Amino acid sequence: MSNSHTAVAEKPHVLPDGLFVMVWAALLVLTAITVGGSVFFPGKVGILVAMIVTPIKATLILMYFMHLKYEKKAFTIMFLVAVGILSVFIGLTLFDYLLR
Amino acid sequence: MSSDISHAIDQAPGHVVHTDPETGKTGMWLFLFTELLLFGGLFLIYGVYRSMNEGAFHHAAAELNVAMGVTNTIVLLTSSLTMVMAVSALQRNQVKRSLGFLTGTLLLSATFLVIKFFEWSAKYHHGIFPGKDHLHELPHGEGLFFNLYFMMTGLHGIHVVIGMIVMTVVLFKIRSGALAADNHGMLEYTGLYWHLVDLVWIFLLPLFYLTT
Repeated sequence: MSNSHTAVAEKPHVLPDGLFVMVWAALLVLTAITVGGSVFFPGKVGILVAMIVTPIKATLILMYFMHLKYEKKAFTIMFLVAVGILSVFIGLTLFDYLLR
Repeated sequence: MSSDISHAIDQAPGHVVHTDPETGKTGMWLFLFTELLLFGGLFLIYGVYRSMNEGAFHHAAAELNVAMGVTNTIVLLTSSLTMVMAVSALQRNQVKRSLGFLTGTLLLSATFLVIKFFEWSAKYHHGIFPGKDHLHELPHGEGLFFNLYFMMTGLHGIHVVIGMIVMTVVLFKIRSGALAADNHGMLEYTGLYWHLVDLVWIFLLPLFYLTT
């Protein structure tokens, strides 16, 4: 009985290290793009590049380093709810300040 | 059925170690959400003040050392890599490899703090530090920028220090065998926390260093 019980316990999803190294390399490349954008195109373009690239970097960290892609969907939903609430706070406040 | 009951009785409550990875992970994520809202509030303050002091923020940001900011980004991203590899090594029961990667993560986090120290002390010697007279003499918006810079990178730095303390505890627990392949939860949660610290820094970099 006790044997079958331990067998039921799920084996953790172990990803290959090569995948993590690839994600890390992608993060470094994206960092280089952000820095390059602000150095060579200071001003609006640089800010736009950072605003597009930074969330991509965050998504890579969340999905692979933080395993969100391989967890139950509930974790992703929970995360999106938290980020959604934060976006409403920031969005509504900036909406007010930027359009005064 | 009867074997189930006898099995339950056989194991005295004190000897049964109840670990539920799913619950532990959920708890850790809930804590991370509170962290998200903590830093999120500061990002909001930054956004509002920047919209009101566009020129001053750009001018003040030029004072920051981009090379140091970018170096620290690379250091922190690499520490996230070594952290995730420490977790998967322990899951594969490669204890020595896991300890090695965890030590590497600790060294990289220390490197981050050393670079941060040099950055802050350079600012301090130029009179740019909360409480210094020079900071009050700066144009209003620039003073705001630097106060937000010290507040946000400082809070992030505290998170790095806490992370290092927890990592050291985990390191000794793995060495003593208290954490192992079939019971690696604490290392995994530490990893989640560490990646969040990394995640926050990724947003701090463009907001403070790349605003020129």
